[in-house]
Amino acid sequence: MSNITSAGAHSVDHHGDHGHHHESFWTKYVFSQDHKMIAKQFLITGIIMAVFAMILSILFRLQLAWPDKEFPILEVFLGKWAEGGRINPEFFLALVTIHGTIMVFFVLTAGLSGTFANLLIPYQLGARDMASPFMNMLSYWFFFTACVVMISSFFVESGPASAGWTVYPPLSAIPKAISGSGLGMSLWLTSMVLFIISQILGGTNYISTILNMRTKGMSFWKMPLTIWALFLTAIVGLFSFPVLVAAVVLLIFDRSVGTSFYLSDLVVQGQILPYEGGSPVLFQHLFWFLGHPEVYIVLMPALGLTSEVISTNSRKPIFGYHAMVYSLIGISTLSFIVWGHHMFVTGMNPFLGGVFMITTLIIAVPSAVKVFNYLATLWRGNIRFTPAMLFAIGMVSFFISGGLTGLYVGNSALDINLHDTYFIVAHFHLVMGSASIFGMLCGVYHWYPKLFGRMMDEKLGYLHFWLTFIGAYMVFFPMHFMGIDGVPRRYYAFTEFPFMEKWISVNVFITWSAIIAGLGQVAFLWNFFGSIRFGKRATQNPWGANTLEWTTPVEHIHGNWPGEIPTVHRWPYDYSKPGHHEDFIPQTVPFSETMSSNLPHDFEGDQEAERIQREWELANKPQTEKETE
Amino acid sequence: MGFIKYINLKTVFILALSISMGLSGRAFSQEADTAARVTDTTAAVSSAGDAAPADTAASADTAAVAPAVSKAAAAPAAAVEPESKLNIDPQVYTNFFYYTLLFFLICVVVAVIGRILKVYELTRKMNGLDAEYYMYSFHAYFFLVSLIAGLYGVYWSYAHHGTQAWRAAATEHGAQIDIMFLVTTVIITIVLVLTHIALFGFAFKYRATPTRKAYFYPHNNTIEKIWTIVPAVVLTILVLFGFFTWRSITNVSEEDQQNALLIEVTGEQFAWTVRYPGRDGKIGERNYKLTSPLNGLGIDFNDKNSWDDQLGSEIVLPVNKPVRVQITSKDILHSFFIPDFRVQMNAVPGMKTYFQFTPTITTEEMRDKLGDYNYDFVMLCAKICGGGHYNMQKRVRVVTEEEYQAWLNEQPYFFTEELRKEFQVSQQAESENEQDAKLLATAN
Ligand code: HEM
Ligand SMILES: [Cu+2]
Ligand SMILES: [Cu+2]
Repeated sequence: MSNITSAGAHSVDHHGDHGHHHESFWTKYVFSQDHKMIAKQFLITGIIMAVFAMILSILFRLQLAWPDKEFPILEVFLGKWAEGGRINPEFFLALVTIHGTIMVFFVLTAGLSGTFANLLIPYQLGARDMASPFMNMLSYWFFFTACVVMISSFFVESGPASAGWTVYPPLSAIPKAISGSGLGMSLWLTSMVLFIISQILGGTNYISTILNMRTKGMSFWKMPLTIWALFLTAIVGLFSFPVLVAAVVLLIFDRSVGTSFYLSDLVVQGQILPYEGGSPVLFQHLFWFLGHPEVYIVLMPALGLTSEVISTNSRKPIFGYHAMVYSLIGISTLSFIVWGHHMFVTGMNPFLGGVFMITTLIIAVPSAVKVFNYLATLWRGNIRFTPAMLFAIGMVSFFISGGLTGLYVGNSALDINLHDTYFIVAHFHLVMGSASIFGMLCGVYHWYPKLFGRMMDEKLGYLHFWLTFIGAYMVFFPMHFMGIDGVPRRYYAFTEFPFMEKWISVNVFITWSAIIAGLGQVAFLWNFFGSIRFGKRATQNPWGANTLEWTTPVEHIHGNWPGEIPTVHRWPYDYSKPGHHEDFIPQTVPFSETMSSNLPHDFEGDQEAERIQREWELANKPQTEKETE
Repeated sequence: MGFIKYINLKTVFILALSISMGLSGRAFSQEADTAARVTDTTAAVSSAGDAAPADTAASADTAAVAPAVSKAAAAPAAAVEPESKLNIDPQVYTNFFYYTLLFFLICVVVAVIGRILKVYELTRKMNGLDAEYYMYSFHAYFFLVSLIAGLYGVYWSYAHHGTQAWRAAATEHGAQIDIMFLVTTVIITIVLVLTHIALFGFAFKYRATPTRKAYFYPHNNTIEKIWTIVPAVVLTILVLFGFFTWRSITNVSEEDQQNALLIEVTGEQFAWTVRYPGRDGKIGERNYKLTSPLNGLGIDFNDKNSWDDQLGSEIVLPVNKPVRVQITSKDILHSFFIPDFRVQMNAVPGMKTYFQFTPTITTEEMRDKLGDYNYDFVMLCAKICGGGHYNMQKRVRVVTEEEYQAWLNEQPYFFTEELRKEFQVSQQAESENEQDAKLLATAN
C-alpha cells in the first residue's frame, strides 16, 4: 500500500532510473516506445481500418439488396469499378475479400490484441513497460505498413485481391482466372507477411513480459483474466502465424517462380498451364492451421476483457476463476486440432473429417463452461449498466447464439449442405465478428479513462450500444435461413436462381439494418474522438475496480507509477466481500488491512496468517455481535 | 451529457447550411452551364424539382428518373466536357447532398434529445433524486423488453423464414441429415432461450440499487462440475449421432460403388459439363494436356471406355437408384452443391472427388408436393470461383427409369465425327493394329 502515500518521496529516484530525456513530437507520438502510446496507435489505426471495412460491407450490401438498380453516386467514388452505378461482379468479390481480411486481421487481431495487450499487460502486471519497447514499436510500424499496403491495392489497375479472405489457390494464383489475382493479390500477400512479422514481434513481447515482469506478489493465479486471455492468445498466435507464412510464401512461389505446390492439371480459359503435381488442398490445410486458431485469437481477448468488465460492474467476483482459466487453456490447446472442420467437403479423407468433427464438438465444452460462469457472475450481482457493461452483456449474447450454431457446422454431416452458404456467414459474424467487436468496444469504453485520461459520454455510449446490438442481430440472424435454403456465400446477386428470389426482400431488410447500424457507429466515432479533447476529466479509479492499472496516476507518465511499483496481495476479484465497508478491495491492499473481511480460503494454507486471523476474530467477535444487537 | 458542451447547436446548423449552399451551388452551377436547362424540356426540370424535396424515398425513384434527366439536361454538358470525364447527372449530387443533410438533421435531433435528458437529470438532481440509478433501471427494463421482443423475433423467424427455407430432403441420406438437423435445432433452441432468459433476466433483476450489496460467490465446484458434464454428455450424443451418419454417407462399400450409376461432373469458369458413361457403365480417363477446342474435357480416347461416353445437357437421374458422382474441375476450385439433395463436394483440379446418393423423389412429385409447377432441383457452385460464380448452374431432373432411358438415348457422344477422324489420323501415324481401327468405325 505504499504506492500512493509515498509517491512524492520516490518520484525523484524514479526519474533518476529512467533518464530525463526530453521527448520530441517524433519520439512521443510517432516512433514512441511507450506501451501506452503504442496501444493508442494500435487502437486508432484499428478503428480507422474498421470504418473502412464497414464502408466496404455497406457497398456490397447495396448490391445484394438492389441487384438491378443503379446508384450513379457510386461511379463518382469508384469509377470504373462501378460503371453506370452498378458494382462490377469481380469488384464485388474484391470488396468482400478486403472487408473480411481487414476485419479479421487488422481490426480484430491487431486492433484488439494490439491495443489491449499493450495497454493492459504492463499496467495490470505492475511493470514499467514491455520487455522490449523497441520491438513493440517495430510491431506497430510493421502493422501500419501492412495496412497501407492493403489499402493501396485499391489503387492498382487490376483491382484488389478478390479470391475471398481465405485466398484459396488456384483462384488466387492465376491472374487469368480473376483480375484481382494480379498485382492486387501480390499486395495482399506482401501485406500479410508484414502483418505476421508484426504479430510475431508483438506476441514474443507479450509473452516475455508476462513471464518475467510481474510485480511482487503477482503469481499466475493472481493475474486478472484479461492477462490470462492475452497471454494464451499470444501463445496461440506465435504457434500458428508462422504456418501462415509458410502457406503464403509457397503461394508466392507458385505465383511468381512457377513452382507447383498448390497447382496441378489446370486448363484456364482454354489455355493449358504447365503446373503439375501440386494440391490445392495442401493450401487449405496450411491456411486453416492458422485460420482456426485465428478465430480464437480474435475471440479470447474479448473473453478476457468482458470477464473483467462483467465482474467489476456486477460488483461480484468472476464466478469460477480457475474454471475460466482452465477453459481458456482448453480452448487454446484444442484450437490447434480442429482446423479440418473447414474442410469436410473439400475432398479431404472423410474419415479424417469424422475425427475433426469429434475434436470440434469437444471444444464446445469449455466454451459452454465460460457462458455458464458469466451467467453465474451476473446472478445476484449489483449490476451497473455502464456502456462497457452493456457491450459485455451483448458480447455474451452473441457468444451464445453464434456458438450454438457452431454445433451445426461442426457436425460434418450437417455441414455438407451448410458449408459455404450464408449459414456460415451468419455463424461467424455472430460468434467471431459481433462477439469480438463487442468485446473490443467494451474494452474501449471501460479503459478509455486509462487511455486518454478522460471519460466518454455515457448517453452516446448507450445509443451506440442499442443501435449496434439490435442492428447486428437484424443483420445476421436472417442469414441463417438463407443458408438453410442453400444460398451460397459470395454471390454477387440472387437473381439467377428462382429459389433465391424470395430472399431479395430479406436482403433489403438486412441492408437497411446494416446502414442504420453503420450510421450508429458515428455516435461512437464522435464520442471517441470528441472525448479525447472534450471529455469529462477522469478520476483515478472511476469504476471502483481492483486491478493495478487503476492505481496509476491519470496523467500518463513514463514508467507508469511515480514511485515504487505496488506489491500485489490478493486476487483481482474481491468485490462486495462480506465484512468490508466498500464493495471492492484493490489488489494492493494487504490482508492485514482488511481483517474484518478475510476468509480462511484467502490465506492459501499459510498457517501463520490463519493464526493471526483467528486471534483477531476472537478478539473482535464479541464486539461485532454487540454492535449488531 | 458532456458532448453537448462541445456540439454547439448553432455551429451544427451553420455548418449544415454552409455545406448545403456549397454543394447545391455546385450542383446547380453545372445545370446552369447547360444554358438550355430552362428551355430544354419541362419534363426534366419538373422531375428534378419533384425528386428533390420528396427525397426521403428510396433512391430507386431517383435512379429511375436519372436516365431521363441525363438525356435531356446533361447532353449539352457532355459536349463541353472531354469524353473521358465521368458524365454524372447533377441530380445525383443533389440527392447525395439531401441524404447527407437528412443524416445531419437526425444528428441534430439526437443532440436535442441529449440536451433534454441533461436538463431532466439536472432537475432530478435539484430535487434530490439520483441521476445515475434511474438510468440503470431504464436499461434493465430495456433488456426485459429486448428479451421478450427477441424471443418473439426468434419465433417469428422460425415460423416465417424457417418455413420459407425448409424443404425436406429429396435423397435417402438427406432424410437422415434432416432428422439430425431438427434434433440439433430443438436442443439449440432450448439452450438459446434458457440462457437468454437467464442473461437478460439477471440483467433486469439484479440491476444496481444504492442499497443492495452483491452476493460474494466466487465459486462452487459442484455446480461447475454439473455444467461441465451435462454439455459434455449432450455433445457426446450429438457427436456419435453425427459421426455414424457421416460415415454412412461417405464410407460407401466397394460393392455399393459398383452398383451405382456413375456420372462425371466437371466444373470450369463458369459452367458445368456432365458426362454419362454410356453402355459400358465406365467413364473414360482424361488427360488435361489433351484439352483442345474440340475435346474440351481432354478425354483420352486411347481409353476405349471413353468412346461411348455421352454429354448430358442437364443432370437427369433415375429415381431410387444410387448415383455416384465423380467431381472434377478443369481450372480452379468449384463446389458441386445440390441443396435439395443435401449433397456438396468440392471440385478440385488434379483430384477426383466423389459423392454417392440416392434420389427418392422425382421432380414431378416434388412439384406436386410444393404446389409449384415450375420448381426444379438445381445444382450450383458454392466455392468462390470468379466473376460468374453467382450464376454457375445446371438443372437436375429426377425421373422414372423409362424417362431416364429415353432421355439418355438422345444425348450426344463425346467422341464426335471430327474427333474420331482426328484420332484415326494420330493412330495411323503411330501405325496401330487394324483391329482398333475397325472397332473405331463402330464406336459408340
Ligand atoms: C457492418 C457490419 C458487417 C456487415 C454488414 C457484414 C456483412 C458481410 C457479408 C454479407 C458477408 C458475406 C458476403 C458474401 O459471402 O457474399 C461478409 C463477409 C465477411 N465478413 Fe462481414 N460484415 C460486417 C462486419 C464484419 C465483422 C465485424 C467481421 C469480423 C470478423 C467480419 C468478417 C467477415 C469475414 C471474415 C467475411 C468473409 C469474407 C469472405 O467471404 O472472404 N464482418 N460480411
Ligand atoms: Cu474453425
Ligand atoms: Cu464455380
